[in-house]
Amino acid sequence: MLKTFSLGGIHPAENKLSAGSPVEVLPIPAVVSVPVSQHIGAPGEPVVKKGDAVKVGQLIAKTTGFVSSNIHSPVSGIVDKVDEILDASGYKRKAIIIKTDGDVWDEHIDLSPELKRDITLSAEEIVKRIGEAGIVGLGGATFPAQVKLSPPPGKVCEVLIINGVECEPYLTSDHRLMLEKGEAMLVGVQILMKALNVNKAIIGIENNKKDAIAHIEKLAAGFTGITVQPLKVQYPQGGEKQLIDACINRQVPSGKLPIEVGAVVHNVGTAYAVYEAVQKNKPLVERIVTLTGLSVKKPGNYLVRIGTPISAIIEAAGGLPEDTGKIVGGGPMMGKALTSIEVPVTKGTSGILILPKKIASRGIVENCIRCSKCVSVCAMGLSPYLLMTLAEKAIWDMAEEEKIMDCIECGSCSYTCPSSRPLLDYIRLGKGKVGQIMRSRTK
Amino acid sequence: MNRLIVSPSPHVHSGDSVKKNMYGVIIALLPALAASLWFFGLGALIVTLTSVVACVLFEFLIQKYILKQPASIGDGSAAVTGLLLAFNLPTNIPLGIILIGSAVAIGIGKMSFGGLGQNPFNPALVGRVFLLISFPVQMTSWPLPLASRASYLDATTGATPLSVMKEGLATGRPFSEVMGDVPSYLDLFLGVMGGSAGEIAGVALVIGLIYMLWTKIITWHIPVAVVGAVAAFTGVLHLIDPAAYASPLFHVLTGGVLLGAIFMATDYSSSPMSVKGMLVYGVGIGVITVLIRTYGSYPEGISFAILIMNMFTPLIDKYIKPKRFGEVIKSKA
Amino acid sequence: MTIMSVVLITIVTLAGLGAIAAVILYLASKKFQVFEDPRIDQVEEILPATNCGGCGFPGCRAFAEALVKSDDISSMNCPVGGADTMNKVAEMLGKEAGSATPMVAVVRCNGTCEHRPKLNEYQGATSCAVAASLYGGESGCSYGCLGLGDCVAACKFDAMYMDEATGLPVIIEDNCVACGACVTACPKSIIELRKKGPKGRRIFVSCINKDKGAAAKKSCAVACIGCSKCQKVCEFDAITIENNLAYIDYDKCKLCRKCPEVCPTNAIHEINFPPRKPKVEKEEPAKAPVE
Repeated sequence: MLKTFSLGGIHPAENKLSAGSPVEVLPIPAVVSVPVSQHIGAPGEPVVKKGDAVKVGQLIAKTTGFVSSNIHSPVSGIVDKVDEILDASGYKRKAIIIKTDGDVWDEHIDLSPELKRDITLSAEEIVKRIGEAGIVGLGGATFPAQVKLSPPPGKVCEVLIINGVECEPYLTSDHRLMLEKGEAMLVGVQILMKALNVNKAIIGIENNKKDAIAHIEKLAAGFTGITVQPLKVQYPQGGEKQLIDACINRQVPSGKLPIEVGAVVHNVGTAYAVYEAVQKNKPLVERIVTLTGLSVKKPGNYLVRIGTPISAIIEAAGGLPEDTGKIVGGGPMMGKALTSIEVPVTKGTSGILILPKKIASRGIVENCIRCSKCVSVCAMGLSPYLLMTLAEKAIWDMAEEEKIMDCIECGSCSYTCPSSRPLLDYIRLGKGKVGQIMRSRTK
Repeated sequence: MNRLIVSPSPHVHSGDSVKKNMYGVIIALLPALAASLWFFGLGALIVTLTSVVACVLFEFLIQKYILKQPASIGDGSAAVTGLLLAFNLPTNIPLGIILIGSAVAIGIGKMSFGGLGQNPFNPALVGRVFLLISFPVQMTSWPLPLASRASYLDATTGATPLSVMKEGLATGRPFSEVMGDVPSYLDLFLGVMGGSAGEIAGVALVIGLIYMLWTKIITWHIPVAVVGAVAAFTGVLHLIDPAAYASPLFHVLTGGVLLGAIFMATDYSSSPMSVKGMLVYGVGIGVITVLIRTYGSYPEGISFAILIMNMFTPLIDKYIKPKRFGEVIKSKA
Repeated sequence: MTIMSVVLITIVTLAGLGAIAAVILYLASKKFQVFEDPRIDQVEEILPATNCGGCGFPGCRAFAEALVKSDDISSMNCPVGGADTMNKVAEMLGKEAGSATPMVAVVRCNGTCEHRPKLNEYQGATSCAVAASLYGGESGCSYGCLGLGDCVAACKFDAMYMDEATGLPVIIEDNCVACGACVTACPKSIIELRKKGPKGRRIFVSCINKDKGAAAKKSCAVACIGCSKCQKVCEFDAITIENNLAYIDYDKCKLCRKCPEVCPTNAIHEINFPPRKPKVEKEEPAKAPVE
């Protein structure tokens, strides 16, 4: 029996259509729009203005706090304007719009293809470099990576867990990355291990990626302290807490961070970006994006510059299918529905999923029949049916008691509900409200 | 281009629906229905048809003329109630009584609380218990299996194994002699005994259970807890005094224990939500059933036991929560 | 004889029990007595008992307590009962009642389906709060009404309904007590309590779009574009323009009806006025809409 996390979980149709498509480099678009808020935390502060010439990798917005991130120009060209554009949320947010002109990279960036295995920087220098390069969690959560590498005083990290689970259906960008950039990714893991001062790293990979497991296992033999942990296919295994539980049988207590049980989790994509930042001095200006969907002509994986409109990737994959009902930025379980195809790719865009209308339409909401399926699939052991009612009726104190803040918003409850009830919609609303109340109390 | 759909995540759904679950239960009830038709023939057919049609019709009428809601009879839940009510009735019961039972089950048991998912009690049992108290004679004269397959109201009646035992003990006959009057365990398992329409054939009910477990309509917790508690409790009594208490196997196979454990106690809306709660609820049903059977004046007590535990469901849900992630910090690394 | 004694015993026992219980109750009520101003009950009697929270207190009882406790109640008001109730309360308590102006809720969005075309289709939970926390809304205007009816659900006075044709909530003026429940419920802060005005006449900007003029106009035909024409025509300094949006101060507005006339997008609404006299002296009497 393969290992997995201990509570709940579902197994939606995997639909990994693009698993066999090697990563293609997408042509650089004529114009990129780079939002200054692509991460969790404070938005970046633009340091360029209209008319400035920028090179690839040049800093264009700088971090504004402990939890914040630098943003670099993904193209070389002229800054057209700093303006508000429609972002993935459908609200207008500040972005830097750059007109592309050639492809000139910043001269400090090492563009040579050779693998560089020797780690020369010290732990502090590594953390600083990662912060400067604007690296965030590339699995989709976009938490600034340097913050996770600075454990709070008194807490010791014992093991680094690398997330190669890719538990979201459809998405394959991490899978392709492990197959194509495995060795560099492993150097990245070593860099992270050095930064955290740990000698053990576990790479968790779900068993639907047998080729990646075999490939990384073979490569990992050449590195000390890195092991691969094959895992049973079960959603939401990519959740930080679930992955730690699955890999080392420790449960992070409610309201605490993984460091509480001596673990730090990073994504394989993040590890690769760390390699590039530390060994090649290359900031985060591009990422692998899966463009997929059942009606898409050519589902595939693309290396895309940040700020590229998703319409350009859709074009490369054979255009928007006739029956398109919904476009999701990210996976089908946790991704965000987009309102327009002109939304730019950001650091957290792991995939673009095009769902046919038939799949995308939600069912008619019926009474709760108390079947308890939502309770049995909840990976955090909560009672989604109850939390939804509490949030709907605005009973915030009880919602807090029922641990609404523990919800990881994986969506298993809404996915399972036979009555198609919008469980997570209300729970997410409740989390926001309860979080506000809790913060105002500590002030 | 069409307007894009926007909604919060998740963007895919399992495809499960109320309809699928309800029709799943109906399919799971089919083996028991077939057994019922085999053993009781015409009576079973009339009772089942009347009950199902009456329940569906009452739900439709109440929604249309009293609640003025869109009709939801298509979801199959009224048909399930009708089937379960029929399964709890003797097959020689007059039509009028079935109609009253259906009206009570749907009207009082279900719709008065707000319909699907809102009922605190199992509607079919509300109907059944109402009839049991109102029409004790008609509700406790069961036709003999196989003997009168072609007759309905005039079927030859006989006692159920449980009433044989109860009455036998009451008259002071020695226990072993009383137990000589009941069918063999194999007959009990196959359903060759007197009883309500759907409760007799243990084998058919277990097939239904396996189907419901396989299609994930229910989990194993409630049925196993009920049957386990009945077996354990009667087992202890049997061990203490085998000459006064029947064996656990006899108790599990007779009366409505299997029907109750598999189909009645597992009713979604009147059973608890958490796994631990389900086990407590199931054990409670089992214990109360045995108490009524052994010490009460009714020969069978599962209907009452389920209704009593239904009352505790809100309390169980309030105090017994699912096991939360990270509650106990494991440290086996 | 025995019957008599049974009856006697019964009476004596019960009387004794009753006496003991009475003593216990008496002692308990003395020991645990909480002094409460009797006037609180009297004030609560006067209040309308709707518990709407419009006064700013959690229910009529809490408001009654506050009225009895505070020395100056001139700033307190019961929006449901209005001046009548407050005067009665003031008279009873021997305090000075304030002169609260009657208010009414107004919906500051006129983005009907016609004026503000839908660009996408929302399929989440039927709740404005959920939709607003997800994204900007179905139209291009991220400020406008989401049309899912949180305000209608919050109204306890049957003073609101959703207009199916426009997709916007409508306030039934006669029922509205200005309790402010809808104002709190609206995640977009579209609904505002404004002075009801003489004969119910009032003028307000029915838009809260803070986008630049061109963008606002693009997403909604009746958006305020912040052109400041109304500000220029106003003689009473009642109109301010901030973030590309005009706002009319209802305390300064003299209801002269000049601003609605000049608004190029018809974003300024005038309510309960007699119809305007047809203007004969104006240059183009019937200006055809530009194609």
